[in-house]
Amino acid sequence: MAGLFARTGMRDWLFAYVGAVTVWLVTVMIADGFGAMQTLTAGLGFAVFYVLVATGQMFVIATGPGNIDLSIPATVTLGAGVAMSVMAGSNAMIVPGFLAAIATGIAVGSFNYALIRLLRIPPIIATLSSSFIVQSTAIWYGRGLSIKPPDALQDFTFARLQGVPVMALVAVLFTMAMAVVLRRTVYGRSVLAIGQNPKAAHLAGVDVERTRWITYTLSAALAGFTGALFAGFSGGVSLDMGTQFLLASIAVVVIGGTSVAGGRANLPGLWGAAMFLFLLVTMLNAAGVGSGVRQLMTGILIIAVITAAGGEKRGR
Amino acid sequence: MTVDWRELVRASLPALALAALLAAIFWLQPRAMSYQGLNLLLNLSIPIVFATLAQMFVLTVGDLDLGIGGFVTFVACVTVTWLADAPLIGVLILLAAIGLYAAVGALIELRNLPAIVVTLGMSFVWFGLAVIVLPSPGGRTPEWLIAAVRLRPPGIPLAILAAIVIGLMGHLLLMRTSMGVVLRGAGGNPRAITRAGWSMLQIRMTLYALAGLMGVLAGLTLAGITTSADANLALRYTLLSIAGAILGGSQFTGGRVSPIGAVLGALVMTLAASFLAFLRLNPDWQIGVQGAILILVLALRSLLDRVAGER
Repeated sequence: MAGLFARTGMRDWLFAYVGAVTVWLVTVMIADGFGAMQTLTAGLGFAVFYVLVATGQMFVIATGPGNIDLSIPATVTLGAGVAMSVMAGSNAMIVPGFLAAIATGIAVGSFNYALIRLLRIPPIIATLSSSFIVQSTAIWYGRGLSIKPPDALQDFTFARLQGVPVMALVAVLFTMAMAVVLRRTVYGRSVLAIGQNPKAAHLAGVDVERTRWITYTLSAALAGFTGALFAGFSGGVSLDMGTQFLLASIAVVVIGGTSVAGGRANLPGLWGAAMFLFLLVTMLNAAGVGSGVRQLMTGILIIAVITAAGGEKRGR
Repeated sequence: MTVDWRELVRASLPALALAALLAAIFWLQPRAMSYQGLNLLLNLSIPIVFATLAQMFVLTVGDLDLGIGGFVTFVACVTVTWLADAPLIGVLILLAAIGLYAAVGALIELRNLPAIVVTLGMSFVWFGLAVIVLPSPGGRTPEWLIAAVRLRPPGIPLAILAAIVIGLMGHLLLMRTSMGVVLRGAGGNPRAITRAGWSMLQIRMTLYALAGLMGVLAGLTLAGITTSADANLALRYTLLSIAGAILGGSQFTGGRVSPIGAVLGALVMTLAASFLAFLRLNPDWQIGVQGAILILVLALRSLLDRVAGER
């Protein structure tokens, strides 16, 4: 059994699912069995946004210690602004709008990578500095931008198939594809190899720089895309719409069982962790606690999960 | 001799950045070159200086504190409620908060946890506690605290005096005492420090407690300046403090920190923010200017390193 766990990497992400299911069961118990399925499907809808940004963050974190993308919140906001102004409320412009948001992300990601490469500074600092500039751009660009998302986009974000949000189904397919990318492609293997030991990876012929560039670009592109989708979901752009994604993206990745030391990552855990965080909020709401207690409990649980999951081995 | 000179320029980059920024402001707005002008410009700097030093203490051991913004907010919220209404309990809460900071350091050390994640969790905890303490914006900072941050020492604005005193004390503690050497050594080479018989647990707890103390001072002074509080008061302090410490020459590798640099870095960040407002330019770019200056300083530093490396 232990061997099976180790082989499939299930041990890494089991925690998140156990947490999510536990929290869900408690919620259902509080509500006397009412709305059990609705809670779950609503959770899937919200989890999409966390999972999308966390996918990018996970690839970044997997490339090793010090690799964290702090520019995600700013990129989400900027991507949302750009997408909404390109779409201008017209259904015909939805695809160009998403493409523009992704292009914005690619630009931010490339800029992040350029800072890391040219200034030889830790990625956290590079993405932090660039996030200041991107955030400013987003504020300047988004001020007074009160464009409603196109109807078709809004309909899509709320569309359901057999009660399950269509958006979540598409996102599940996407994360499955990304799992294949992580496990079966040269790029994915390179990310894990660099995370384990960049020098060894380089000597083994991995194109370290190219992999880093793709990783930071992927993260920012996903953030831009998520911004566009989130704007459609929440009915427009607000200047601080990205803020929640900083802590959330890191929390989802870590609770999902990705090692902060790098070299170990998995995609199923992201869904488990995103559902865990959402259902936790639902549970605390159902229990009737205020937003303060909710945040407090979220924090304590993040620390509890990371403590229970155990630290990295010593003497790395 | 050329090496000395590069090292000198490298070390004085934060000071040069501050001087350049001040020169630009004075050139554009000569009236700023006065007691009152400097007071206005550096008004918000004291809490940012404290928060940056807090971040620096955590950076000393090679960790990163993503919770300091939440902590400063929490302290400010306690200041305008408990400390104002029941000072004794208020003081006890703040002391307990510093103790909790040390406990977080202990947890990170004992379980060998990634500090980023634990402090991230703590940021939820602090923001949550801030909302619990102060559910809606308001409260009232104790008068003595408001008076303290409004002090007008003769000849030199309080913000500058405070920056000098804080910077020197940090410098003496970390750079000039044997305890400072051990604390920095723990970041640079924990194994060597452990072999030499020092307890990493005690060291990490000490550094986190120092960070907590600085965070408390940041929250107190911030509440003194704003006279009331809300649960989003210091949201930006987390990123701002990292930026200030890094600009001041601290590094992620641990052990390489500079208290005076951190103070200067915090001042540069504050000035960059008030710069645009002072010149009546579009304040939307405040954060952007902070980012640009940070990138500029890092670029210069990397350039100096490269020139030095090529010889």
